[in-house]
Amino acid sequence: MSSVSTQTKEEHWRRTKNLMIVHLVIWFVFSYLVHWFAPELNSAASFFGWPLGFYMAAQGSLIVFVVQLFIFSWQQDKIDRECGMAEED
Amino acid sequence: MSLFRMSGTFVENLPKIYGFYTGGFIVFILIMALLEQAGLKEDTIGLLFVGFTIFIYALIGWLSRTMQLDAYYVAGRQVPTVFNGMATAADWMSGASFVAMAGGIYMGGHPYLAFVVGWTGGYVLVAVLMAPYLRKFGCYTVPDFIGTRYGGNFARLCAVLVLVVASFTYVTAQINATGTIASRALLIPFGVGIWIGLLGILLCSMLGGMRAVTWTQVAQYIVLIVAYLIPVIWMSNKQGFGVIPQLVYGDAVARIAELEQLHQVGALKPAAGAAPAGLQALVTPHNGPPDTFVGSVRFVTLVACMMIGTASLPHILMRYFTTPSVRSARNSVAWSLFFIFLLYFTAPALATFTKLQMLDPNLATSVIGKSLTEVNAHVWVQKWSAVGGLKVIDSNGDGIVQVNEFFMREDIVVLATPEIAGLPYVISGLVAAGGMAAAMSTADGLLLAIANALSHDLYYKVIDPKADVKRRLIVARVLLIFIGAAGAAVASMRLTGILGAVAWAFDFAMSGLFFPLVLGIWWKRANTAGAIAGMLVGLGVGTWYLYMVYAGGMAPWWGIDHLRFGIIGALASLISMVVVTLMTPAPDKETQAMVDEIRIPKGQTVLGSTH
Repeated sequence: MSSVSTQTKEEHWRRTKNLMIVHLVIWFVFSYLVHWFAPELNSAASFFGWPLGFYMAAQGSLIVFVVQLFIFSWQQDKIDRECGMAEED
Repeated sequence: MSLFRMSGTFVENLPKIYGFYTGGFIVFILIMALLEQAGLKEDTIGLLFVGFTIFIYALIGWLSRTMQLDAYYVAGRQVPTVFNGMATAADWMSGASFVAMAGGIYMGGHPYLAFVVGWTGGYVLVAVLMAPYLRKFGCYTVPDFIGTRYGGNFARLCAVLVLVVASFTYVTAQINATGTIASRALLIPFGVGIWIGLLGILLCSMLGGMRAVTWTQVAQYIVLIVAYLIPVIWMSNKQGFGVIPQLVYGDAVARIAELEQLHQVGALKPAAGAAPAGLQALVTPHNGPPDTFVGSVRFVTLVACMMIGTASLPHILMRYFTTPSVRSARNSVAWSLFFIFLLYFTAPALATFTKLQMLDPNLATSVIGKSLTEVNAHVWVQKWSAVGGLKVIDSNGDGIVQVNEFFMREDIVVLATPEIAGLPYVISGLVAAGGMAAAMSTADGLLLAIANALSHDLYYKVIDPKADVKRRLIVARVLLIFIGAAGAAVASMRLTGILGAVAWAFDFAMSGLFFPLVLGIWWKRANTAGAIAGMLVGLGVGTWYLYMVYAGGMAPWWGIDHLRFGIIGALASLISMVVVTLMTPAPDKETQAMVDEIRIPKGQTVLGSTH
């Protein structure tokens, strides 16, 4: 089965893990951190007429999640290809 | 699929088929609108909308019938990325999302937005931690992964137990929602509506399993998203906010803040004991973020429960077993979230516009601050009062309706909005069809998840491993009928509200399944004993906590109430799984090699295509 060397496998998994950590940090910030500080954001700034804290919960975080997942998908695919771990097309 | 008389394979023709379908649906809406002008009765319009769409779903279900294992369990693993995204979105958005969410925001304001954030961000966990790896594994069901990764029937049965507890809690709420909508649209009693709804659900899933559910869910997604967006866009256009209301309702939020001052929202409380059972008056400001420590804890813990629950719910995870490749599974999660996002970022807009309709004295539709006679003259007020959806009580006897004298059930916000805004009745019929599609598609996915786990993991893997294909598929269908009937029987008792039961399902799933699944992929050292401890301790502690705060009279810890018990359950699951794993020997070489194998997309699935 494994024609690929253990070294590339380890390299692939290391990069995959790093990508996972980066995306979970972004996820954590927009899932919890910004909502924890919603009252401060509301008084700090308004975003095209919205109080910023309300906006983040009603739309902002959601947009970040959607964009983030398309980017994640592209990045992970790139890692798979560069390490020769991608599926044949 | 010779019926469609097209060249090329079925999959290649999908865009064309669903294009025709969407066009046909829009023509149907237009015909209904014309018939309304011609004097067709409102009740008949509602009946035609719900009846016609259920007939179409049943037709798709029948056309997708199959006697092949991989078609029945994983739709032949050939569902294209974007279509799987739509099917997942329908699978995901339940009666609660469609009917109850905007109403919840209407009544609850900012704190309620925790559901909006929680029910979208969970997909980040699904894509990053779970879906691609489970797809590479090649399992039919979620317990299939647990059973093979950790080895042994006992671990498999524990996973089946968690799955059944979580999914069954969820499915009763969905059958309840189908019953509510069917009874209103088809003008039948609630008890009968439940069984009619169940019949529709079974027609969609029984003959073709996952294949039939997939193609009906895509059709249901199209109906539900059209039904959700049209009224909001229409209403916003009428109020001068343009045709993309989601982008511009910031000003409406500011206007509501002024009106709340005017009407003294929050300052005026309903007279003690005045609120009729199940109805509420508006007392929470629209933009009032949680500003106490406990308030913030409650917000983030609810977000956490909904997100981690998302990544543990088997009926969602199993949708990603149906894609042709690991890459498409990963991509498909992004598309799923995009299609879900279309509805979720509209819900706060809907709540905002409806609130403006009711509060703004400059609009003809407003009710707060108007005289009792004016308010009672609205047709929708009379109609929803008659079915117990709202009540106006002039408790201070001044003949004017104050904000604390207008009571409504929160789930009528979406259903009644077209009438409140004075839109033609055809839109109300459309919304009923959309609500039905949302509840049916989720119920389908859940029933199939339960029946597949019992037929594949319990019957085939444990009870009768020699059963042939025909026997396995017959058992799967018989189970589907029995579980559906049990769900309908429980739903007809109306034990909990729709939203409460849905939140509990997420909490059960995260308590028992999240860490055994994630650590099974990301921690090679995780072993059988640890996983079993994680599932049983998590589910046990979670259930104990739920009982204690819900019925046992215990004060919730740091604001973690019965909607959030998954936090306690999942923590117990994590601790017990890690401790027990470290106290027992590491898994054998073969298991470790299997974990290595699922971490790379390339190559064969770990389990064969029929197993």
